Amino acid sequence: MLVLVEQSLNGLQFGLLLFLLAAGLTLVFGIMDFVNLAHGSLYMMGAYFAATFVAWTNSFVLGILMALGATLLLGIALEFIALRHLYGRDHLDQVLATFGLILFFNDAVRLIWGPAGLSLPLPSWLTVPVQIVPGVFYPAYRLSIIVVALAVAAMLYLVVMRTRIGMLIRAGASNREMIGALGINIKLLFTLVFGLGAALAGLAGLMQAPILTVQIGMGENILILAFVIIVIGGIGSIRGAFLAAIFVGMIDTLGRAFLPDLLRTVLSSAAASTAAPALSSMLIYLLMAIVLVVRPEGLFPAAKR
Amino acid sequence: MKSSTINARNVVVALVALGLTLLPVYSALTGNIFILTLFTRIIIFALAAASLNLIMGYGGMMSFGHAAYLGIGGYAVGILAFEGIGSGFIQWPVALAASALYALVIGALSLRTRGVYFIMITLAFAQMAYYVTSGLSRYGGDDGLTIYKRSTFGGLIDLSNRTQFYYLCLACLFGGIYLIWRIVNSRFGMVVQGVRSNEQRMQAIGYHANRYRLVCFVISGTICGLAGALLANNTDFVSPAGMYWTRSGELMVMVVFGGMGSLFGPVIGTIVFLLLEELLSQFTEYWALIMGPLLLLIVLFARGGIMGVLGRLSRD
Repeated sequence: MLVLVEQSLNGLQFGLLLFLLAAGLTLVFGIMDFVNLAHGSLYMMGAYFAATFVAWTNSFVLGILMALGATLLLGIALEFIALRHLYGRDHLDQVLATFGLILFFNDAVRLIWGPAGLSLPLPSWLTVPVQIVPGVFYPAYRLSIIVVALAVAAMLYLVVMRTRIGMLIRAGASNREMIGALGINIKLLFTLVFGLGAALAGLAGLMQAPILTVQIGMGENILILAFVIIVIGGIGSIRGAFLAAIFVGMIDTLGRAFLPDLLRTVLSSAAASTAAPALSSMLIYLLMAIVLVVRPEGLFPAAKR
Repeated sequence: MKSSTINARNVVVALVALGLTLLPVYSALTGNIFILTLFTRIIIFALAAASLNLIMGYGGMMSFGHAAYLGIGGYAVGILAFEGIGSGFIQWPVALAASALYALVIGALSLRTRGVYFIMITLAFAQMAYYVTSGLSRYGGDDGLTIYKRSTFGGLIDLSNRTQFYYLCLACLFGGIYLIWRIVNSRFGMVVQGVRSNEQRMQAIGYHANRYRLVCFVISGTICGLAGALLANNTDFVSPAGMYWTRSGELMVMVVFGGMGSLFGPVIGTIVFLLLEELLSQFTEYWALIMGPLLLLIVLFARGGIMGVLGRLSRD
């Protein structure tokens, strides 16, 4: 029971991180019709920036804030220099160009920080276990990830649904040409949205950094998970991304935690221990396959254009 | 487009084909073995790229998961060799059948979607295949599986002989391209290309668009599975790393470099890409620092790839 609570919280935490990543991706896709594979690189850069700035400033909070700003600036610079020339191009062109960017970022990181991974040590006030319900302790840091991610998700919802900028973003998603014709500076809006997406990816990366090692290619596997989430949730839908992310985070985490034991009750222990790792890593893809069969548009497709 | 047979494009294609055919002679005369092994690899990847071009260039299906077939074809050879079945007459058909089966299942699912979804889904399924092979602990798991003995063909051909293996790969490449040429120009191929241009119209005149797409997808996967079997024999090794998603991306790059939807384009694209990679990595360890932005520039400024540029040259 205790393990179940703990693993569910881990799943929730992982799901929320995936949401931060998927939200930026789906926002950029929904509004600019742009597929950005390099989104995972921004996630990686967020983590590297955090590890570097925290070491420089000797302050966890300050370092993290600087890293967030740096990722935002990097995203804006990237959009300004390269990516804005790709809007309106074929999706294949966008995929290939941003694939090139991934190659570039991976080698740039290797050149600057070296091939070995970095670690981002937590300050002592974040390492204490917190008692969430009587008898159940949970690491403060993971708990704070959940809180921060939930807060960001709520803020994102408020910004998109309740502010003028958000209104423009939604309008841009449903009809780009029209809001341009109405005199909105659409280039600025696009840069802004891209920066926002980059900051979200960076935030996800830097929050994940203390849990995993900061390493080259860390953004790639999680990017593919973000794709799975977008496919399940429905492209362009933030609500869909949120629900699908939680769902995928839970299933992935719980599957890895409990599937081996579950299989052991059905199969022989040797067969279970060979099948379990493969099966648990397949789980979310199977889920995606099922969603595709039942609802090819995703579970919560954005409104038809 | 002019239909004159002698133009820049055809001359380049003929020269490349001739060069590939005569390469072992050059290698034997100069004693340069490196170039032979390099080009064996290039030819195998060219076959994979050509198969991807069939669905990308002609079918309009942007598969971002083609490396999976390389892995499946390779693992079929590797696993059978590991279990003591060394005959290529068993290994290779199994490799092809396994790739075809995988393509059938993945294709049937992925083809329920279009465009970006399709790119993402093929990518995700290939990543799933990657994880599954990583979990095969009996066959090396993450570390991969060494193949101690190349496929045997009952004395017909010796795959350990560099020159014979090279010509086998070349024959597979030319055979594959011939097959693709026949497919593209057949009634079936016309329908597939029609579906790419206008799916609704093809549906309206009574074609099951997705059925044609799926068959095309399976053919492409099967050819790529053959490339996988060749690759496993070439490296004497298969590992999940060989089907990592960047490999799929590289295959796409090869196709686009050469010119999507042109029969010989992927071969030229593969040669350019892999030679460039080889050259850059001799020059600097951080070759991707140059390759990445280069790719961006090519996408931005050289539409239609090398074949497209050559085609424009010969029209002037």
